[in-house]
Order: sequence, then C-alpha cells, then structure tokens
Amino acid sequence: MSLSTPYSKLVLATAVAAVTFTTACKPKKAETVISGDAAQKVYVAPGKLDEVYLFASGGFSGQVAAYGLPSGRLLKVIPVFSQNPENGWGYSEETKAMLNTSHGFIPWDDAHHPQISKTDGSDDGRWLFINGNNTPRIARINLATFKTEEILEIPNSGGNHSSPYCTENTEYVVAGTRFSVPIEGNTDVPINTYKENFRGALSFVKVDPKEGHMNIAFQLLVPGVNYDLARSGKGASHGWMFFTCYNSEQANTLLEVNASQRDKDFIMAVNWKKAEEYLKQGKGKKTPTTYYHNNYDERTHSASSKVEKEVLTLDTRVLKDIVYFIPCPKSPHGADVSPDGESIVASGKLAAVIPVFSFKKMTDAIAKKTFESEFDKVPVIKYEAALAGEVQKPGLGPLHTEFDDKGYAYTSMFVSSEIVKWKVDTREVVDRIPTYYSIGHLCVVGGDNKKPYGKYAIALNKITKDRYLPTGPELTQSAQLFDITGEKMNLLLDFPTIGEPHYAQACPADVILKNQKKIFELSKNEHPYAVKNEKETKIVRNGKRVDVWMTAIRSHLAPDNIEGIKLGDEVYFHITNLEQDWDVPHGFAVKGAENAELLIMPGETQTIKWTPKSTGIFPFYCTDFCSALHQEMQGYARVSPANSTVALKSGIGETAPKNELAKN
Amino acid sequence: MKKSSRILVIVSAVLMLGAYFFPIWKISLEAPQYPEGLEMNILINNITGDVAKINGLNHYIGMKHIHAEDFIELKLLPYAVGLLAAFGLLTYWRNNQKLLYTWAVLLIIFGVVGAVDFYLWEYDYGHDLDPMAAIKVPGMSYQPPLFGYKQLLNFLAGSFPALGGWMVIGAISTVIGISIIELRTKKNNKHEKSNVNTIGHSNVGLQ
Ligand SMILES: [Cu+2]
Repeated sequence: MSLSTPYSKLVLATAVAAVTFTTACKPKKAETVISGDAAQKVYVAPGKLDEVYLFASGGFSGQVAAYGLPSGRLLKVIPVFSQNPENGWGYSEETKAMLNTSHGFIPWDDAHHPQISKTDGSDDGRWLFINGNNTPRIARINLATFKTEEILEIPNSGGNHSSPYCTENTEYVVAGTRFSVPIEGNTDVPINTYKENFRGALSFVKVDPKEGHMNIAFQLLVPGVNYDLARSGKGASHGWMFFTCYNSEQANTLLEVNASQRDKDFIMAVNWKKAEEYLKQGKGKKTPTTYYHNNYDERTHSASSKVEKEVLTLDTRVLKDIVYFIPCPKSPHGADVSPDGESIVASGKLAAVIPVFSFKKMTDAIAKKTFESEFDKVPVIKYEAALAGEVQKPGLGPLHTEFDDKGYAYTSMFVSSEIVKWKVDTREVVDRIPTYYSIGHLCVVGGDNKKPYGKYAIALNKITKDRYLPTGPELTQSAQLFDITGEKMNLLLDFPTIGEPHYAQACPADVILKNQKKIFELSKNEHPYAVKNEKETKIVRNGKRVDVWMTAIRSHLAPDNIEGIKLGDEVYFHITNLEQDWDVPHGFAVKGAENAELLIMPGETQTIKWTPKSTGIFPFYCTDFCSALHQEMQGYARVSPANSTVALKSGIGETAPKNELAKN
Repeated sequence: MKKSSRILVIVSAVLMLGAYFFPIWKISLEAPQYPEGLEMNILINNITGDVAKINGLNHYIGMKHIHAEDFIELKLLPYAVGLLAAFGLLTYWRNNQKLLYTWAVLLIIFGVVGAVDFYLWEYDYGHDLDPMAAIKVPGMSYQPPLFGYKQLLNFLAGSFPALGGWMVIGAISTVIGISIIELRTKKNNKHEKSNVNTIGHSNVGLQ
C-alpha cells in the first residue's frame, strides 16, 4: 500500500493545521448520515441481477474482486499475481508459468489500479488490466472468462505504480515507475548519487486490438523523480498522457521530510503521438534488458513464458517535445482528465487547493514557449499559463477525482475522510459527505470515460474502526456506495472487501454480460494431456515420471483405481472436465499433495503434481460439490516401495486392477 | 377436384418438405437447477440440442443413453416423408379425387404409426432402467409425455411438435379437410350414391 506509510505520520502532522483550516471549511462530523430509502436502493431481490459490476483491486492480496452494485455482493475473486489454493492458480502445472519473472517465480504482488479496456474513451468490457506494483508487471484479465490471460514484466522500473492506465482506444496501457532507479549499464552505484544516476522509465505497452496481447512498444527515459498516477487524454487531449510526479527534490532518504520541501512538484504531460513520430524516424534505441512475458492460451489451457531481451527507449534529454512539466502544488496523487478531455485535475495531497489545468492553455503555452525553467532538460510550463483555475478550500488531502454525467467532479479527501463534489466549469464546491474512514481512491461508474454512467460513487477506504464487528487487531477494509443522482450525495451502503480495495472501476453489467463465456468447448481443447472421453484415459510411466490422463464427470473420476506408483515417483494428474454444462466445474485433491487442489472448468484440462512421501493407499476426490453423488466422486492411488513389482495399472469398474500383490 | 382443392394439394405437399429443414418434435426439461432449461430436438434424421447433458443427467436414474444412430426411424423418416410428398405431387398432377383420398388415408396411417412408435420409444426409455442405477424410486418410471407436460422427479418434461412437425401436421389436416370437402361436393352432385360418405365419416373420426 503506497499511501499508508507516508500518511500515518501525515495525519498527525496535519492535525494542528486542520484546526485552523477547518474553521473556514468544516468537514461534517463522522456520524452515519443515511436517508430512509437507502435500504430500498441497494436491495436487489433474490433472483434479480445487480446493475453494475465493480472491479476492485485487492491491493496487497495481489488479486482482483468483482462485486455487484448496488448490493455490494462479492461475486468472484480473480487470482492475478498471487497463488490461489482455491483453484490452483499459480500451483497447477498450467498456471505456474504466469508468475515467472526475471527475479524467478514471484507468487505475490501489490495490485493497485484496475482499468477496463476502452473503445472511443468508454469501457468496452473486453479486458481488465491491473498493475503489479512490487515486481513491476501488468496483467490482462479476460472479462469473458474472468481469468488472467497475460502478465508482462516491465523492465527498467522500480515499482510499477502509475499503471496501467489506457488510452482512448486502448492503443496503449502505460507503466510509469514509482521509484526511479539507475538503469542501462552500471546499476551498482551509491544510493546518494540519485541525482546523477537515477532515472525514470515510462513504458508504453501496445495492446493488440483483437486478442489483447501486450508488448512494450517503447520506454521514455525521463527525469529521476517518483511517478505516482496517470491518466490518458481523451477527446480534445487524445494523444497525450498525464503523470503526476513527487520528490522533485530528488531526495534519496527520509522522503517524508526531504521530498516535502518544494512548494510545487509536477505533472508530466506526455505527447505520445510525438514519441511515435520519433519511433517512425528510427530515433528509438534498442537497449538490452531482461524481462518475462507470460501468456495463458485458452485453447491449450496452459501458460508459457517467453524471455524478452531488449526494449526500445527514447531519451527525453535528447529527443525534444515529447514531455513537459507543469508545476503542481505539493505531492500530487491523481492527475485526472475530465470527460471532454479539456480539464486536467491534479490532487496535491499536501495542498490547500485543487488546481485544474486547461489542455488548450497548456498547448498554447507550449506553442508560445511560456516556460519558467527546465528540469533535467525538460521544459517547465509556467503554472499560471496552464491553469484554468483552482478549487478553493476543497478539504484536506485531495487524492483522486472522477467525473459524473452532469458536469460534476468528485474528489476523495484522505486526511479529512470525505468526498467533495464540485462543478468542473466553475470549480465551486457544491457538496461534501464523510467517508468511514481514510478514503484513498474513489470510483464513479464510468468516471474516467468520455460518457460517464454516473449514478453511483464508490469510496475505497483504508480504515473501518467501529464500522464492523472487530476481527482482532486487523479489521476488514471496505468500500462505500453513494447515490450521486441528486444534488446531495447520499450514503447507501458499506461493504467489506478483500485485501486493500486500492482502486476500482465500475461499468454497467450489460457491457460485461454480452461477452460471457459459459464453458470451454471440449472439442477445441488442445491441451497436450487432454482426454476427450473416458476410453482415452490412461497411465504412462516415463522413468520416475508417471502421467495420469484422467477425466471428471458427474459423478466419477476415471480411472478411480491406480496401482503401480512407486516411492520416488513424480505423479502428474492431468484432469479433463468432460462436462459441457455451465457452472459445473469439478475439483481434484489428493492426500498429501504439497501444493493445492485444482478447480477444472467444463471442457478444461488442468494438472497437479504429486510426489508421494510414503507407501500406502492415497485417496483422491472431487472437491467441488457437483451432484447428488459428489461424495462418491473419489478414488484410490496405491503407492508401493521403490523396488516393488506391482505393475502400473489403472481403471474404473470392470477395468480396475485386480489382486496385484506386492512381491518384494 | 375443385381448383381451390388442387392449389391446397400442392401447398400441402410442399409444406411437408418443411420436415427436412426444421425440427419435427421438441422435448424440453426444466428443473430448479436448470433455469435455462434443456432441449432435445428431433430432426428428420438426427437428434440435436442438449442430448449429451440429458444423457449425463439420465444416468443417475439408469436410463439408456440417447444416440441418434440407434434409431431406425431416423433412417426411414426422410424416405417416408419424401414418398408422401411425392404422392401429393402426383395427386396434383393427375388431378384425381381417388388419389386424393388414398393420400389422405396414407397420411393418417403415417400420423398414427408415428405417434404409436414415438409412444413405444418413450415407454422403452422410461421403463427399461439399469438395475444398478444410483437413484431408484419405487414405482417410478420416467416416460416422457407424448404431448404436453409431465413432472418427472425434479424435472418438468414437455413434449410438443416443433416447426417442421407443425408443418407436417398442417399438411395432413389440410389434406383431410380437402378430402371431406371433395366428398361433400361429390355427394351433393350424386344424391343416390352414399357409399363414399362412409369413408368421409371415418376420416373425420380418425382425425
Ligand atoms: Cu465432482
């Protein structure tokens, strides 16, 4: 969680300031303000479907959760960067490769910002991208199957935080580094040579419009500061991308103090169309590096890793007019673009105003070279030249802004724990409502689209003291749902979330529903160990490796009797679910397996490796209650000593092995 | 034949060909855990729909698997329908009332034999159960309805003609109708002769 560390002390530091500040602009007391019809507005009757999907990151859980709104019901936890014993993600032989990185197998990450793919600036419901912050990665989840299909490692990065925001038509998703680090050549340098040796890398990841496959088109090498969040331009500002930067002091220790010295940090405006021009002119430089690219193939139900060896870089010290800085009050977090693409809202966490920049004024200033200085060879536009105006006294700790369909903006206030609603064109505050407590990001349904859906705002909170039954020192984290259809915002619902709901995106359910996949077609299963019917099931020994080609169907596994496994063998159970019926997965677990179980979807094949540690009879069974005879869906594997003469045999019913006595 | 009857004869013959293009019969199954329902469509030479799923479910009660290859009916049906349609064309071409009556009788026989065969087939599937089946309900058989709805354990089974079937039924009804009209016209013209009328009555009775 990137926010909590600097903030725990920040809260104390601003407490004194808050007293004087809030006399003029007093946030509401933290009491439950709820109107009478709230329950009715979130009640989704049994048998009825929710109106909206909410995709919330799990933060440090490394996963994504899908909720239904307005009910707040948890629908599914999608494993992305973290191993998940529930379904074998990251444990099964097919999915292990998804978690490969240049640092080895990394079964965890810090997943922050989900982004639904966009077409013409609106959510199209095809894919969900999310960043891995810790070991820089971007994942792509297919929203037809709610399955992670691709994970791309990002080289030259020290924390993938301003990521993976996508452009108007998902031409690119970006990966801006949080930590600048020494890159290219000698990276073993003293830390206090930050100013000389550390640089930032902003990666532009190209997305194939058909399959969604990602590859790093280019990296911009930019000044060594911290890059926090980003948003793409749209409409008027299509072709540009805006990143917030902090630590423009370029400090390398005790940033809490040393990176809070300057009155203003920056927004970096990136003209990616200009970068594309340079690429066309062959100005990109191929730089050696190593990073992993993992793909899960729906036809083989298997993932594979590819090692990439170079990346194309554009150095902004050399190539001009790609990037510009706009000064921005202290330590900005969000850089959010209004639906028309004209306003860029910056949230300076330590600032007393919310500056709103005008895209038109910014480009005019660039044309007229109204610069105040240069920072590491990047021109700094004059603050006033790009500014449309400031939202005065918005509250404490503005973090992130999203927009509705009626010309209003909603900004989350971390320190004063509230949402503030203001009018984009006049920048006047029109409403504020408390959140419980310490809101980070917020989400308006379609709030980063050209045409927001509006209707609901969701607060993603860090702290929930006194809101739920306690669960020891660690309490649940939560989201809160607000009705934003009226002039005043109304709290409708609190609901607990998995991990840290760092950020979320929401879109109308029908955008997702139309693509849903119900089964994997068995006839199209190209898994090398797939079995299309029970007659093809078999067991094969190859040295110490034993492969079991098994099928699952209501209500038996075939084969269900296996003999002839020897101590020291490595057994691979490859299980194909023969069902072709929606919502009939089968599970598979074997006694003493050191990894996890499997959950196999209809028509899918998945493999679990099992190394028995002793001789004897080992039961295996289906773990997903599938039918009235689910408890009967089981079998036995017999493990004999290494020197045993028991023949390798397997079967079911008539074909089960018979009377094979051990003769050792 | 009257001009209008002749036109209806050719229409009926063509209508029968619908059986080649559209399903003839549909069996549907609904249960709480299958809100979307399961369907089995009987085509002139095949059985389609959720047959695999239905087979999977039926194995609990020990019902035999349904495989289109196992039905001699599905091999004969294309010829039977073809011959009957051809007979209609012949009737049209010859413009002969006797041929029309013969055709009507053949169609009635076809309909009755079809229904009886379908019933027997359902009876066999519903009663000839594997004694090793997991679920045995004393006194329970699983014969689907010939026509209409019937509750079979947790499943509500429905059995109705499908588009192709309706086209054939429409053709048969029309041919019977024309036959009656033609018989009446004949009776009016020749008051003294009444022996043909009995055939007319029996037609109505069978219908
Ligand atoms: Cu099962």
